[in-house]
Amino acid sequence: MNIASRPKFFTTNKRGENYELKAELNSEYRGVRKDAVKKVIANMTVGKDVSGLFPDVLKNMHTEDLELKKLVYLYLMNYAKTQPELVILAVNTFVMDTNDTNPLIRALAIRTMGCLRVEKIIDYLTEPLRKCLKDDNPYVRKTACLCVAKLYDLNPELALESGFVETLQEMVSDINPMVVANAVVALSDINEASPETVVFKITGGTLNKLLHALNECTEWGQISILTALADYKAGDVKEAEGICDRVLPRLQHANGSVVLSAIKVLMINMRLVRDANFNKNLVKKMAPPLVTLLSGPPEVQYVALRNINLILQKRSDVLSNEMRVFFCKYNDPPYVKLEKLEIMIRLCNERNVDQLLSELKEYASEVDVDFVRKSVRAIGRCAIKIEEASERCINVLLDLINTGINYVVQEAIVVIKASETAGIADIFRKYPQKYEGIIPTLCENLDALDEPEAKASLIWIIGEYASHIDNADELLSGFLENFKEENAQVQLQLVTATVKLFLKKPNENQDIVQQVLQTATTECENPDIRDRAYVYWRLLSTDPQAAKAVVLSDKPPIEDEDTGVSAALLDELIYNIGTLASVYHKPPEAFIGGKRYGADNVQKAVAEPAEEEDINAPPPQIQAAIKNNDIGNLLDLDWDDPGAAAASSSSQPSAQNDLQDLFSPSSPQQTQQQSPVAAKPKSNVDDIMGLFGSSAPAPVPQTSGFQQPMFQQSPPQQQQQLQQNLFGGDLLFDTQPAAQPTSPPQQQQKAAQNDPFADLF
Amino acid sequence: MASAVFILDLKGKVLISRNYRGDVPMSAVEKFMPLVSEAEDEQVPLPCFTHEGINYLYIKHNNLYLLAVTRKNTNATSIMLFLHRLTEVFADYFKELEEESIRDNFVIVYELMDEMMDFGYPQTTETKILQEYITQDAYKLETQVRPPMAVTNAVSWRSEGIKYKKNEIFLDVIESVNLLVNSNGNVLRSEVLGSVKMRCYLSGMPELRLGLNDKVMFEATGRASASSSKAIEMEDVKFHQCVRLSRFENDRTISFIPPDGDFELMSYRLQSSAKPLIWVEAVVENYAGSRVEYMVKAKAQFKRKSSANNVEIAIPVPDDADSPKFKCSSGSVSYKPEKSCLIWKIKQFQGGKEFIMRAHFGLPSVQAAEETEKKPPINISFEIPYFTVSGIQVRYLKIVEKSGYQALPWVRYITQNGDYQMRMPESIKSGKQTAGY
Repeated sequence: MNIASRPKFFTTNKRGENYELKAELNSEYRGVRKDAVKKVIANMTVGKDVSGLFPDVLKNMHTEDLELKKLVYLYLMNYAKTQPELVILAVNTFVMDTNDTNPLIRALAIRTMGCLRVEKIIDYLTEPLRKCLKDDNPYVRKTACLCVAKLYDLNPELALESGFVETLQEMVSDINPMVVANAVVALSDINEASPETVVFKITGGTLNKLLHALNECTEWGQISILTALADYKAGDVKEAEGICDRVLPRLQHANGSVVLSAIKVLMINMRLVRDANFNKNLVKKMAPPLVTLLSGPPEVQYVALRNINLILQKRSDVLSNEMRVFFCKYNDPPYVKLEKLEIMIRLCNERNVDQLLSELKEYASEVDVDFVRKSVRAIGRCAIKIEEASERCINVLLDLINTGINYVVQEAIVVIKASETAGIADIFRKYPQKYEGIIPTLCENLDALDEPEAKASLIWIIGEYASHIDNADELLSGFLENFKEENAQVQLQLVTATVKLFLKKPNENQDIVQQVLQTATTECENPDIRDRAYVYWRLLSTDPQAAKAVVLSDKPPIEDEDTGVSAALLDELIYNIGTLASVYHKPPEAFIGGKRYGADNVQKAVAEPAEEEDINAPPPQIQAAIKNNDIGNLLDLDWDDPGAAAASSSSQPSAQNDLQDLFSPSSPQQTQQQSPVAAKPKSNVDDIMGLFGSSAPAPVPQTSGFQQPMFQQSPPQQQQQLQQNLFGGDLLFDTQPAAQPTSPPQQQQKAAQNDPFADLF
Repeated sequence: MASAVFILDLKGKVLISRNYRGDVPMSAVEKFMPLVSEAEDEQVPLPCFTHEGINYLYIKHNNLYLLAVTRKNTNATSIMLFLHRLTEVFADYFKELEEESIRDNFVIVYELMDEMMDFGYPQTTETKILQEYITQDAYKLETQVRPPMAVTNAVSWRSEGIKYKKNEIFLDVIESVNLLVNSNGNVLRSEVLGSVKMRCYLSGMPELRLGLNDKVMFEATGRASASSSKAIEMEDVKFHQCVRLSRFENDRTISFIPPDGDFELMSYRLQSSAKPLIWVEAVVENYAGSRVEYMVKAKAQFKRKSSANNVEIAIPVPDDADSPKFKCSSGSVSYKPEKSCLIWKIKQFQGGKEFIMRAHFGLPSVQAAEETEKKPPINISFEIPYFTVSGIQVRYLKIVEKSGYQALPWVRYITQNGDYQMRMPESIKSGKQTAGY
């Protein structure tokens, strides 16, 4: 079409435009009227209000010109809601159009009527709809199917009473595959809107029809049928195998959504199949199509990668030899790169870890800071995942630190520290000289460390390896100069590191520890830091051996930061492969609210009786927490009376005393007391956890807050004895016998404040 | 399903929209751009996200966003693919899909959006079928259009009554090579994406059967020993919806009734263990603050009787490089400052040959300290006619139509580059050192 000759519908800017349009809409010339309608639609498109022209536009509805008719219909769909009174005027033409000889017009009329969403015309919709559902032409029938869903959305009772839903159920057996597909779509839509009615349940009979229609309908129809099949529970193993066999060819479809929907059906039915070989064969056949999804557009790749991540959690063998296909390309969008990283780590094993490491090292030299950081972190995750490779991982990290690139160094330090807590400290113990070798490198970068996390990590390293680092005290003093200006995270680590340094080299470092504790307790605003300093102080003054046992205790191994979703959630997400839930890795309830949303249904929903609730089910917050695999949340919930819980843990009123009680070695019975109270102790336990520098940033073990090292081992008293036995020969301190466990804390505190070290030595 | 679909410009202004279900307020789109830019500031923006109970799924095309919103736990893959299909159909209709063409063709855009999706569910998305009853030149249609049978037929991609004087069919077997080589010269990935494209000028409703040297089929039919060396093993095959998938699953027969005109019959993927077709080695010497020198060697690692056409090797250079000087044993070199790379073009590159190119750039004496360089890879594009990496062959194409006409199949093979990337090696630093060391 010649562009120059095309009329410009967007360019009128005269005054009184609507007035002019009105005149044109009523013109005696067809051409003028049609152009006027186009102008109206153009105005509507750019957001101008042309609802005032409603009656004039409506006059043009009765026409032979299909294009004009479509435009008027379009106008109606947009403005019907604003002019409900006038829409009635259109009904006549609509009903006539549904009797037109041209199936295109019949379908158009029924489709548009369903989209008007005006209560008043619903009554006029039923007769034409009934006729269209029985139309000879499949195009009209398939359009009418969806119209039933539209009607149900507006007025469920009417749709049910008029028998439309039943008709739909019959149409699942229509001879035309497209009609079958749309009937399935409509029924599923209705089912989703009100699951309690169970309008759509696949039976053995319909199952076969659907499997048959699968071969014949369009790609989108196939997706709807596969989605419906996923909800079908196979009666026995044989049926499940049969479904798998019939669905398997869909993996060869060019449409990625057909492929993912087929994989969903396979994954669900595979669980019923006992035959290991059958499943193995399926898994083998699933891999290549999954890889091919990565040749699609990036957004589809992203959705595919998120789903592959889930599928791998369920069946880790699917892509075991395919790690290379997930290597990042330079021009991959960032969101694809980050997802590929996740999957590579998931696929990483002893055989391919070297490949992955060299790849990650290359990523670490790219410019996208976020991606670089994640790549560096991924190296640490490899170290945690594959113990045999941890040394190689550390070497790669050291190489990266030597590049001197600021953010790489910072991230690498964080990772080294994290790997450290992961229990691969052995490397450093094995090769202390190597570790010491990097300390200067790290310290060279001290000035460059501007991120609290990196700084805190380095300080932690210094504290932990104080005995290997000759100038640890100097390094720490360097940091202490600006103690008050530091971030809280850094301050906490400084306190802990200094205490560790003192415990390891008590002779030279009394001053420094005293200085830190003094500053932290007297000049710090932050209660966390103050409390931690107090606890250390008292611990040191009460019993240095116990302090040693607590502060320098073995760290619990940490797990990879992202081990995936919980088993229950995973099972649910497998049912949601390809959907938004599988992309977010969240249950659908987490991002969609109640059950009905239709703009017109909001009010109705309020009036409807509330959903039946399972009385035995735990309260909703807990359910949510369980779903999210989030024990932290669970502990956070305050459904018990907090006061009661507090009382059970301590009879003393002050919070400080609470804390002290927790530490007083005489409290084995207290631990017992706590255990049954699941709710409240969280805050206390959390505090205690916070006290150990080592475990502060590390995720809490998944089981329960109580399995922190201190409680895990033994009640404090026993532990103390143990320590005394251990160190009995070469006691570092001339300790007094442990202070009377029951000594009044108040008094002790006073003493501590006066002169803490007088007590100590 | 999608509740509404929007087409927006890059600033987030709505060009055109269609409300399919009415359960999401159309004003939700106003939140879209702020949310995207917020995500860009904080972390990586994702192609789908949720905000206040509304889910946004979008793609970017030229200077447009195509956005779908929904409240339900929708099939995200379908929506993403549908949005891409929208861009394809629009592009087929208007040649270019961009802001201008949307504005100029708003009537047809509305019509297409109405026909391609109903109540949020994708319907007919085949351009060829849509063009039969939705056209830009509606006034040219003498008779009133009716829905083509194809829309609802089991054969939804071909209309009846097609007639050609001369019945011909053209097959193009095109293989694209995706290659990824790391900076040490190790091949990380080498993959072939093949595609069999057809141009079909056949009358009536022809039944076609295509025979390939497919290893699995050979084995199934017991011909493995005879020609196993020539057979190829495809890792994954995807077919146009006209191919009967269950038949293929059963006996690996590719049988179908083709659409009329151009279409992609099938695509396949396989890992290639052969040497990369075109190999490039680069040595970079960086004299920081004064100059950078490149020595690039290109080798054609395929048989002598084939040759690659229009070879273009793009070597990335620093953004601030200037005064280029080139010398090469074949072809021509040009500097593309806007892309920060130099392009070495070789019109014809015969198999087994090797060429060398040297380049020299000046660098500014002052430079930002410690700035990390971008490290884009070397990109290579080429075309090798009459050649396939996989060795795929069309053994036969049988055409049967009830009128019994004879039709001629023509077959062509070509191999070209796909994502063909070789990461740049570390440059040799010499001369003045940067402050960071």
